[in-house]
Amino acid sequence: MTPRPIVIVGASLAGMRAAKAMRAAGEEGPIVVVGDEAHLPYTRPPLSKGLLEGSETPESTDLGGADLDVEWRLGERVDQVDSIGHEVVLADGERVPYRRLLVATGSRPRHWPGPGADLEGLVTLRTLDDALALRERFDQGPRVAAIGAGFIGCEVAATARALGLDVTVIDIADRPMTAFGPDIGAWVASLHRSHGVDLRLGTGVSAVEGDGRVEAIVLDDGSRVETDVAVVALGAVPETGLLEGSGLALGPGLRCDATLTSVSDPDVLAAGDVASWPHPLADGDQLRVEHWANAVEGGRVAGRNMLLEPEKRRPHDALPSMWSDQYGLRIQVAGLPSGSDSSHVLEVEPDGDRRVVACSRSGRVSAAIAVAAPRRLGWYRQHVERGSSLHEVRAALEEQDEAIGPPAQAVSA
Amino acid sequence: MKVLVDMNLCQSHGECAVVAPEVFELGDDDVLRWEEDVGEELREKVEEAVERCPMMAIRIED
Repeated sequence: MTPRPIVIVGASLAGMRAAKAMRAAGEEGPIVVVGDEAHLPYTRPPLSKGLLEGSETPESTDLGGADLDVEWRLGERVDQVDSIGHEVVLADGERVPYRRLLVATGSRPRHWPGPGADLEGLVTLRTLDDALALRERFDQGPRVAAIGAGFIGCEVAATARALGLDVTVIDIADRPMTAFGPDIGAWVASLHRSHGVDLRLGTGVSAVEGDGRVEAIVLDDGSRVETDVAVVALGAVPETGLLEGSGLALGPGLRCDATLTSVSDPDVLAAGDVASWPHPLADGDQLRVEHWANAVEGGRVAGRNMLLEPEKRRPHDALPSMWSDQYGLRIQVAGLPSGSDSSHVLEVEPDGDRRVVACSRSGRVSAAIAVAAPRRLGWYRQHVERGSSLHEVRAALEEQDEAIGPPAQAVSA
Repeated sequence: MKVLVDMNLCQSHGECAVVAPEVFELGDDDVLRWEEDVGEELREKVEEAVERCPMMAIRIED
């Protein structure tokens, strides 16, 4: 009898890295990867940037899945997980048995929930196909509006401006990139405005209007933004539909322990956007992280853990890291800015963009955010890992001859 | 083993310097510097650096 395979649901970065880690650890049994997109795994960050702009191609986003010794079942969707029977059920009813299961289904974009949701030209951006379709729209020279000023809204806006398109960005918050705190938010707002984006902050959207296709976005304050394309960038929700009724604990995402093992079933693990786990930096709160590096690290940890008995599994405790590229400037984060109680500008370039902001949670520096300063970020990262207090970081900064711009005390709030 | 970095791809994210500081370092100009000839004892770290590079710019040649 052939052994039951290891099954990975989700053929993207986390699933790919997990499969790779299992092969690297010597696993020789069958591994089946089921993915609902037609493509082999690709890297998503270029979808809102280089690929959308046209400087990158689908080929340049390929993660090399063809070289991996697994059975790819692409364009197929898992509808259900039968954890008692150790089987996943595909959309066509086929049951695929598993020995151990990795849920790496990622997340899906929130759709516009109000009037006008069916209009042509109202789009979300998550997949390669989404990005290629949006690029085709951009080729027509449309006016563009982003509903939401987070990562996707801001990056799409920057790309659209680079292509010379008229761009409006709308957000109910009073600043963009809220996850990064007020200082970075204010800087991002001025960056977009200086590049000609019409930034409408502090106002929600009441409706999207048009006759068959998007013509205008109506804001809560009554004003109208005329547009041809509206990109809905309202964040994402974990893709857990297949787990409804499985008996596996959910919320947020698939609820896991520190080793990315489902709290309900030691034979089910998760990685990437869909997994939540207690992270030491969040004081043990269940954390879900929708970023590239978490899919890489979590995928690797979960892949190794899949092969081990529960008591031998290792925690997923790498320091979170994430980035956003806008107008040729990179905002990089080490640690967890969300959940911090204050943020402090510790370094800033006079009349320039380079800067570092430290976030603090319960007296400890929980994250550092650097603009165009990757080496400086490395210095702060060590402090976040060590659990330094803000006071300790400020003191150490006095000895730093590499710090950007004026000394910390002169600029911090 | 030999460590190769495609500097046309590298964008100085610095993730490699986090996981394998023995091999990779961002200079004070934020440009990557690295050791080309690396001992076997660092293979696992360099492999992790390969995985962690968002630009897929790092390669190992045996």
